[in-house]
Amino acid sequence: MKQEPVHQGRLKTPFHSRLEKLDTVNQWHEWKGYSSANQLYCSDTEYFAIRNATAVFDLTPMTKYRIAGPDALDYLNRLVTRDMAKVRPGRVAYAVWCDDNGQVIDDGTIFHLREGEYRLCSQERHFAWLQAAAIGFDVTITHETEGVAALAVQGPTSYSVLSKMNLEGLAELKPFGLMHVDFQGTELMVSRTGFTGDLGYELWIDPDKAEALWDALFKAGELHGIRAIGTTALDMARIEAGYLAAYEEFLPADETVRTGVSRSPLELGLEWLVDFKKPNFNGRRALAEEKRRGSTWRLVKLDIEGNKEAHHSYIFSNAKASGGNIGFVTSAVWSPVCKQNIALGTVKTPHGKPGDTVWVEIYYQREMHWNRKMAKATVVDKPFWFPPRRGATPPGPF
Amino acid sequence: MKTYDAIVVGAGHNGLTNAAFLAKAGLDVVCVEKNDYIGGATVSRNLYKDWWYSNCSYVCSLLRPEIYRELELHKHGLQVTPYGGSVQFMENGDYYGSYHDHEVAYREMARFSRHDADAYKTYSADTMRQCRFIRDFLLSTAPDPTSFRPKDLMELARIGGKFMNMGEDRMYETIRFWTMSVAEYLDEYFETDVIKAAFSGSGIIGTALGIHSPGTAYVLLHHYMGDVDGNVGSWGFARGGTGAVSKAIAGAYQAAGGELRTESGVDQIIVKNGKVTGVALENGDEVHGQIVVSAMDVKRTFLTCMDKSDLPEKFHRRVENFKIRGSSGKVNIALDGMPTFPALPEGSSLYHSDMHFIDSMERMERAYDDWKAGTWSQDPYIDMVIPTLSDPTMAPPGKHFMSCFVQYCPHQIDGRRWTQEEKEAFGQTVINQIANYSPDFKDLILHAEIRTPQDIEDEIGITEGNIFHGELTMDQLLFNRPIPGYAQYRGPVDGLYMCGSSNHPGGGIMAAPGANAAREILSDLKRPNTVPENWGDD
Repeated sequence: MKQEPVHQGRLKTPFHSRLEKLDTVNQWHEWKGYSSANQLYCSDTEYFAIRNATAVFDLTPMTKYRIAGPDALDYLNRLVTRDMAKVRPGRVAYAVWCDDNGQVIDDGTIFHLREGEYRLCSQERHFAWLQAAAIGFDVTITHETEGVAALAVQGPTSYSVLSKMNLEGLAELKPFGLMHVDFQGTELMVSRTGFTGDLGYELWIDPDKAEALWDALFKAGELHGIRAIGTTALDMARIEAGYLAAYEEFLPADETVRTGVSRSPLELGLEWLVDFKKPNFNGRRALAEEKRRGSTWRLVKLDIEGNKEAHHSYIFSNAKASGGNIGFVTSAVWSPVCKQNIALGTVKTPHGKPGDTVWVEIYYQREMHWNRKMAKATVVDKPFWFPPRRGATPPGPF
Repeated sequence: MKTYDAIVVGAGHNGLTNAAFLAKAGLDVVCVEKNDYIGGATVSRNLYKDWWYSNCSYVCSLLRPEIYRELELHKHGLQVTPYGGSVQFMENGDYYGSYHDHEVAYREMARFSRHDADAYKTYSADTMRQCRFIRDFLLSTAPDPTSFRPKDLMELARIGGKFMNMGEDRMYETIRFWTMSVAEYLDEYFETDVIKAAFSGSGIIGTALGIHSPGTAYVLLHHYMGDVDGNVGSWGFARGGTGAVSKAIAGAYQAAGGELRTESGVDQIIVKNGKVTGVALENGDEVHGQIVVSAMDVKRTFLTCMDKSDLPEKFHRRVENFKIRGSSGKVNIALDGMPTFPALPEGSSLYHSDMHFIDSMERMERAYDDWKAGTWSQDPYIDMVIPTLSDPTMAPPGKHFMSCFVQYCPHQIDGRRWTQEEKEAFGQTVINQIANYSPDFKDLILHAEIRTPQDIEDEIGITEGNIFHGELTMDQLLFNRPIPGYAQYRGPVDGLYMCGSSNHPGGGIMAAPGANAAREILSDLKRPNTVPENWGDD
């Protein structure tokens, strides 16, 4: 039997036809096999769509799995570090999962769609690992990345936009809530989630209805400043929100070659996601041991003086850079909305406690010439951007 | 009766900034404001239904990011959203657009002249060099060249060093630049009339000078050196109108324990035995304070609110001669929908840009001639923006707020107050000029607020309604601003300080005079400094 040849080149998401129409700069990159836009017209303007109006981002390439069956809850509780029993149907949980050594494989969101039925959504692909972890549980795990088209709809006017689409129950939907509504005869899942730290939603639908959803959304948003955005703008917003990105703040432990380059949840500031009261979960023993003995690394949010972005900088404990570096910056950006020079970084304990001062070695270029600056930075514990509208229920028009 | 550590007069953005830094240093501060709203000319007013008007200042680019960050203005609700581009509509039906994208900007310029398109990069570098030179001084006190105090000498040496560093050729250029007209400056680079007209606008905004008047090249710089997030020369809208800026600064001030009193106009700054002791309010109350900081313009401070006998004679005379002339008005319009401009391609990004309706240097200069003759320009230079294209909070969805800054518009007509008819006619002149390029514009007008410099003076209190609190000419800049010998925010009476835009480095929503004055005050009072230093870009 002749096999269908494997697809060469980049895949197109179900929204590609619409993105293509809006694109003026032809800057695309590959994201899990799909073409994804860096920017569509101007990343600065796109960033401000997130913070000022409504931004739409195509997140279809996110990896998605459906987890169902009588043991679904027990299985998930074994899989992730947090207590999933507390996550009722209609709620969404941010979660992290580890290998047996307590090292983070990935983080993601788990949607409790209906009683006993979940969707796990993450950056990386984990089917083999998810199946291996299922031994002894009565669950079915279905890979559904291509089966669900998804859009993030984020920003202060996102509620106004979606209100125009008459989505019943939207006003009452709380942060990390989800609901199902009818969209032209198809089920549309709406969750109040996102990667921007602002008021925002994510829409999940059958790919056949993707274009119709896009069109209805943009029509609803016409008078509310709706704009499609690419990854560059989204990444700025996620750093302001203090969110982690795989391959930036951590590496999936199951893909690392060298020892010591992976991180535990405790080392990523995610202790609040680790519930030692649970009888067992992957990595529990190792994490309990780490908690007893202390962690090696600590994730830090840095408020850096001046306005030179601290990309790839070493971090030191003193201005003279003596005693060797204590870590490095993993993500950096000038925050337009906070007018702050911010970064996420990883430093060795005991350095980097909230309120500590550290020094960041910044190299920057001015007219071909390179300059170096040791910039003072303060470790902060709150997200840089956390507007009240993010949690308001019902949200206002903002 | 209570004696405050400091009384700040005027809750405009500079008064509030000053008050905020003083309060942050632990001072017991009260800020008094004559109006029942705060912000002065940095204000958003709800003048028609659900529309909010930035009815005085309307854009934001000079606001020092150092101050923004130090006062954590984002936590007090401020968001500045950049916007880009501008368009010059032409009488022949064409238009010249400038774009954020360099290559698009180049192609558009080349449509008129490849020479100009290629010359732009040198123009841009030369202008940027002047910008860099001056930007460094914004957030610091101008040194007095006659002083031998170590602080002044050190700052002079720093400026001198920076200047010498430019090299001989560029030092000559710089000296020329500071005294040139914007027309001469542009002539050195460009050949196309409409391109020169487009760039020349920034040389005259807020200034009672024409494009051929010496010193206007510097004014261009004043509009060019602002930045939004490191994009030098770019502009932004404060979300919710420019009032959001003062509201956020007031939020920071109040969070630091500062007290704000509206409807408390100052009648007189009280001086006893050569020292200020407080202020007498228009309502008859007195407020006592160790020091008084005036955010009012220099004329209003000294000629209206102080007794002449409390001031040195020569100082008083200099204040009388300070140039602060009304030259611009505003027309603020509520629109029922977005007007179309048939000259522009459908969906053009220029719809989101600054719009102008003058296409030649000749027309720019003629506009000034009318002002000299004592009336408003019959063919005015209008800087028109529609902030609601990006700001969802200032008008209902689909409706718009249009801000027209209009030059030239005199403080008075032939030396007397404006009549209502003249005011209406001035508004009509503006509306007609725009309507020439937008046939459906007039039908979309729901409400218009027409503001002459006289109105701005009456309401806000700025002498002659001059947006910069005094012109930005060389004789009124740096150590000469506002008065030689008094350029370091200290008045001629003990305990009296000045922090408004009449002081270095001048007007615009910059907040630098307010911040710089606070630094000097805290130094005098031997309090810890709370005012940030300039970040610099080297």
